[in-house]
Amino acid sequence: MSEPTRAAAPAGAAPAPATDTGGTDGGAATPPGDRRWHEAFARIVSGGWAVSLGAVVLAILAGSVMIAFTDEAVQESAGYFFARPADTFAAIGQAVGGAYAALFRGAVWNYEADSFAAAVRPLTQSLTYATPLIAAGLGVAVAFRAGMFNIGGQGQLLVSAAAAGWVGFAFDLPVGLHLVVAVVVGILAGALWAGIAGLLKAATGAHEVIVTIMLNYIAFYLLSYLLATPGLLQAPGSANPKTPAMAETAVMPGLLGDRYNLHVGFLLVLGAVVLVWWLLNRSSLGFGFRALGENAHAARVAGIDVRRTTVLAMGVAGALVGLAGTTQVLGLITTGFGADIDAGVGFDAITVALLGGSSPVGVLLAGILFGAFKAGGSSMQALEGVPIEIVLVVQSLIVLFIAAPPLVRAVFRLPQPGGRARRRPGRGATGTPTSQEVAA
Amino acid sequence: MKLELRGITKRFGALVANDHIDLTVEPGQIHCLLGENGAGKSTLMNVLYGLYQADEGEILLDGREQHFAGPGDAMAAGIGMVHQHFMLIPVFTVAENVMLGHEQTRAGGRLDLDAARSRVREIADRFGFHVDPDALVEDLPVGVQQRVEIIKALSRDARVLVFDEPTAVLTPQETDELMAIMRQLKESGAAIVFITHKLREVREVADRITVVRRGAVVGEASPTASDAELASLMVGRAVELTVQKDDAVPAGRGLEVRNLEVTDARGTVLVDDVSFEVRGGEILVVAGVQGNGQTELAEALAGLAEHVRGSVRLDGDELVGRNVRQVLDAGVGFVPEDRNEDGLVGTFSVADNLVLNRTDGPPFVRSGALQLRARDAFAREKVEEFDIRTQGIDTPVGRLSGGNQQKVVLARELSRELRLLVAAQPTRGVDVGSIEFIHKRIVETRDAGVPVVVVSTELDEAVALGDRILVMYRGRVVGIVPATTPRDQLGLMMAGIAPGTEGEAA
Amino acid sequence: MTATLAPTPEDVVQHRTVTVVSRKAPIALGVVTALFALLLLLAARAGDATFRLASEGDLVALPDVTVPGTATAWVCVALGAAGTAVAALLVARGRRVPLWLSLVLAVVLLFGFLAWAAAGSAGDIPVTRLVGGSVLLAVPIVFGALGGVVGERAGVVNIAIEGQLLAGAFCAAVAGTVTGSPWAGLLAAVVAGVLVSLVLGVFAITYRVNQVIVGVVLNVLVIGLTSFLYSQVLVPNAETLNATTRFSRIAIPLLADIPVVGPALFNQSVVVYLMYLAVPAIWFALARTRWGLRLRAVGEHPKAADTVGIKVGRTRYLALVVAGAIAGVGGAFYTVVSVSSFGKEMTAGAGFIALAAVIFGKWDPVRAALAALLFGFASNLEGALSIVGAPVPSQFMLMLPYVVTIFAVAGLVGRSRAPAASGQPYVKE
Repeated sequence: MSEPTRAAAPAGAAPAPATDTGGTDGGAATPPGDRRWHEAFARIVSGGWAVSLGAVVLAILAGSVMIAFTDEAVQESAGYFFARPADTFAAIGQAVGGAYAALFRGAVWNYEADSFAAAVRPLTQSLTYATPLIAAGLGVAVAFRAGMFNIGGQGQLLVSAAAAGWVGFAFDLPVGLHLVVAVVVGILAGALWAGIAGLLKAATGAHEVIVTIMLNYIAFYLLSYLLATPGLLQAPGSANPKTPAMAETAVMPGLLGDRYNLHVGFLLVLGAVVLVWWLLNRSSLGFGFRALGENAHAARVAGIDVRRTTVLAMGVAGALVGLAGTTQVLGLITTGFGADIDAGVGFDAITVALLGGSSPVGVLLAGILFGAFKAGGSSMQALEGVPIEIVLVVQSLIVLFIAAPPLVRAVFRLPQPGGRARRRPGRGATGTPTSQEVAA
Repeated sequence: MKLELRGITKRFGALVANDHIDLTVEPGQIHCLLGENGAGKSTLMNVLYGLYQADEGEILLDGREQHFAGPGDAMAAGIGMVHQHFMLIPVFTVAENVMLGHEQTRAGGRLDLDAARSRVREIADRFGFHVDPDALVEDLPVGVQQRVEIIKALSRDARVLVFDEPTAVLTPQETDELMAIMRQLKESGAAIVFITHKLREVREVADRITVVRRGAVVGEASPTASDAELASLMVGRAVELTVQKDDAVPAGRGLEVRNLEVTDARGTVLVDDVSFEVRGGEILVVAGVQGNGQTELAEALAGLAEHVRGSVRLDGDELVGRNVRQVLDAGVGFVPEDRNEDGLVGTFSVADNLVLNRTDGPPFVRSGALQLRARDAFAREKVEEFDIRTQGIDTPVGRLSGGNQQKVVLARELSRELRLLVAAQPTRGVDVGSIEFIHKRIVETRDAGVPVVVVSTELDEAVALGDRILVMYRGRVVGIVPATTPRDQLGLMMAGIAPGTEGEAA
Repeated sequence: MTATLAPTPEDVVQHRTVTVVSRKAPIALGVVTALFALLLLLAARAGDATFRLASEGDLVALPDVTVPGTATAWVCVALGAAGTAVAALLVARGRRVPLWLSLVLAVVLLFGFLAWAAAGSAGDIPVTRLVGGSVLLAVPIVFGALGGVVGERAGVVNIAIEGQLLAGAFCAAVAGTVTGSPWAGLLAAVVAGVLVSLVLGVFAITYRVNQVIVGVVLNVLVIGLTSFLYSQVLVPNAETLNATTRFSRIAIPLLADIPVVGPALFNQSVVVYLMYLAVPAIWFALARTRWGLRLRAVGEHPKAADTVGIKVGRTRYLALVVAGAIAGVGGAFYTVVSVSSFGKEMTAGAGFIALAAVIFGKWDPVRAALAALLFGFASNLEGALSIVGAPVPSQFMLMLPYVVTIFAVAGLVGRSRAPAASGQPYVKE
């Protein structure tokens, strides 16, 4: 027999340098090119809770540094640092402590409120902000699992918002039915918009990253046009690029009454989490998605229609982002919306999916965390004058650190996960390596 | 230059890939490193070439100890390597590949391509090659690419040359030419390490032979040793290359292939007007040197080729024009050549891989939902039946050894109602024990009345397993002959010389 | 016997070949021509279209060119249809459609479109400004694309071009204001671009994190950082930190006096001239120098490069540093050439367009620069059309570059081949 062509080399190459996470053993047996998505996610998932926590701590520390450095009181007291260093530290403590206290008060529990109803309001607000993030994050995650990078969340969200919004204000339908129709139309619109990218990839091989980025811009300008044109989406009698308010019948009812913004959309999104979990782990369609994402060649040989699965995966991804779009216009901002309705959700969804390791439950938790950041960030800006963009910085740092566990481990001196033994691929049940495994 | 390796030890985690290996290669000598797949030969050479760092031991050149931090150091010390997988950049020209890493430049930092060109010509002329320095490497046939590798090594004035499994991709004739080149190099005083697992080649050129098994030197042999002696040293027990099987009892229509033509996206005709038939209960081995269209033929039979013309009929049903799913449903079992790339999803569990191509309906999928219980029961049964060594059915298949991975593929394919089995290189990269098992199961499938097509580049396997042998060369059928055909004639056929025409060619 | 069987050189062709051609070009041309014809049918316009070729201060003032709008447009449609037919015929005969045919038809259809848009308008189409504006709009895209090409040829996908541009713009604004010298701003932008590159390198090369993910996250990080610092630091101190001196225009004698294109191309700031130099310089460096050869080797087949003693990681880092520096210059354009202060997210997606230009230009510096110019032109067209009061909503004109990119990626480009190891971390045993 000749030496195995591709199988042997990585097997011998398997003992990865100490920087490896060790959680990607399976991947070592196949060429890195087709494995790279999987490895990236395996890396994120395999980091474990310690790494995730470490990443969050590091990111928040970095955020603190930025807040401290840009705080005027800190700068002032730093001017006479050597005379009275304590002043500087006090100022830093005040700036950072104040900012994070405001974040907490805005995101979780307002301990200064005089009633339970007011104190718990921030938490509901976080969940409200989390609603579209979770849905869109699921959309990105599903595409990830099928081996595609859906950067088109923004476009899909805008298109679905436009479609759902149009049904929401322009039609006159009975209570209940109106909402259902609006939601379904919004979801379909998102699916179709993402489907374009899937279709082009399947038919011509056009890279979905490029196509979805371009579709973001096209969607934005399309919506801008629709909003600026009387008779289309523009509110009658107005010169602003904004739609009229949604009809009462199309608005998602509040979950906790009128005092809170949390609406039925949150339940829909929880349902979507369960549905996506089932889809990915228990359905044959999801099996096809995952097979395609992990090894497209093997999927094709196994009779899975790669083109059809590609289009379907993008379609499902778009539908989930579409759900996010409908909750934006029918749940959160029901008084009419403009071209900024996506509120950065489309891009945040990518970080949510990455942080959530592309698993439905992970996305749920990551979405809630980011929702809390968003709610808390607003309160931080309002109360302490810390620009909300600090949240972007902290969020992106979290993902960066989580994607590179060796870095976090080095900082916190965490142990490498798994023993050396786990790192060996191809170990049989007996534990005795066969001669193949020694091959290089 | 004299090369000495003393007590080289290289560990990968708990595994010892090289265990205190000693090796001395004198100038003007061809030293064969003989060993089975995975015996640790390539690891040793990668240590020598600075790609790996040895955990213990030392490398000496002309008695001086060397410390190689990388291939650059090894090259500077005079070691050249002809890699098993050519280390050439496909989109570069021959001259660019040869100059890469030690480029000469002219004023303004411009590359001196003329110098590189003349260097290529000069070395090529010395050995009587014909290599165009301006040809793109990807356009060159494999044999010529190998010569570029040799030129690359020589252009750096290598005095120790390592050939790592150089004949795997060559026709018997190209192999002979390579042997001639190696002798010529030897006469010019180079020390040559020749890594192989092919006994015939060893006896033809070796001055000394060192046999490696499981990472350790198990003995030295003289070039006059018999095949059986060398083989038992290599494998550690007497190997039986024959496969126990009765004569074929062909029955039924089976597979009929007519004027099959497969082209790739660039328009290269990879399978050119191929016709043959295989009846039920018969094994046809498609033999030939790697890259002569056998892979594409197998893929076309499995419905995987994009541009196909001609006809493939299975029991009278046309398969050309059907998609992969439909071909699978027609009862075609397919063992792909590269199981990691095409046969398995490495991160999926053993159980998921056992049902990989059966997730379109009962019993493993009902109303769109996976039937996990049915899957697990099936997986446990198959793990038992095929003796798949795994910690459990939930273990990612990527963690299994090559032989066990291949058993997963085979178990999946043989568990379906088959009307045709196509197995491409079913025993590549598989340990000896698994090879016997796989051969046995293939013969059993034949005996159950299924037509079987096996693609193999190994003459030994072709002769042992096949009832008839179809030899392909440059996409065309050279001939279809009984498996009892003499080896030298099969060798000629692999070089494109049809049976009965040797006289004309000579 | 074997000796006589030695293959001779003409024996080396392995397989017979047949010609395969892509049907994409005629389909794409046909679709575009048909869409244009449909536009003419649905929105007919009467009157003449005027193209103004002269600009103030020309030595030789060219007269305006006036053509009947709709008729000209239909002639162009006819030409487009004829071209499509030729392309289809070529494909049917099994021959490739030459790139120049597609390009010529694109220009013809564009001319027709302008003629239609300007038909009957009191305003005329200022060709000089159209060209000059295109070049200006294209400058950051060209630099970004060049940076992208250098990175990808070395095997590192750089989605973070947007981040590099933005970081460059920010640092140029601050450094330029503090020192009062645009040169210092330019230098700071280079440093900023390199820093972003190094972060990308640490994660993508050293820690082997998926490059696309790092790139996307880096963009968010830079947007967050610059926006945060802008709100927190620059806005309160706008005069001391965010009011740069800009580079002034330098007219190149003689060249600047060429009719139509002269003022547009040769009466520009130093950054634009830097661009003229950078494109051929990068091409030369990649194609003709040792550095370029090694860089490409690392991007195509890192292991092969490693076996001849090239340090893969170091080569990739160096490439990223150069790429970051180039992209940084593009970023500086925003704050030391275009306007004199930094604004939140002022690059507005130019980095993503640059990424598209890299792919559109098939990873070749010259082609990528041309693609970037095309995008600049498409963005600029909107302004020109609003002058003549064209009946095309401005949003659709703004959309055009993105639509063009999708067409290009899906159709016209054909089978483009990325550097083989692009996006893959190199794992040395």
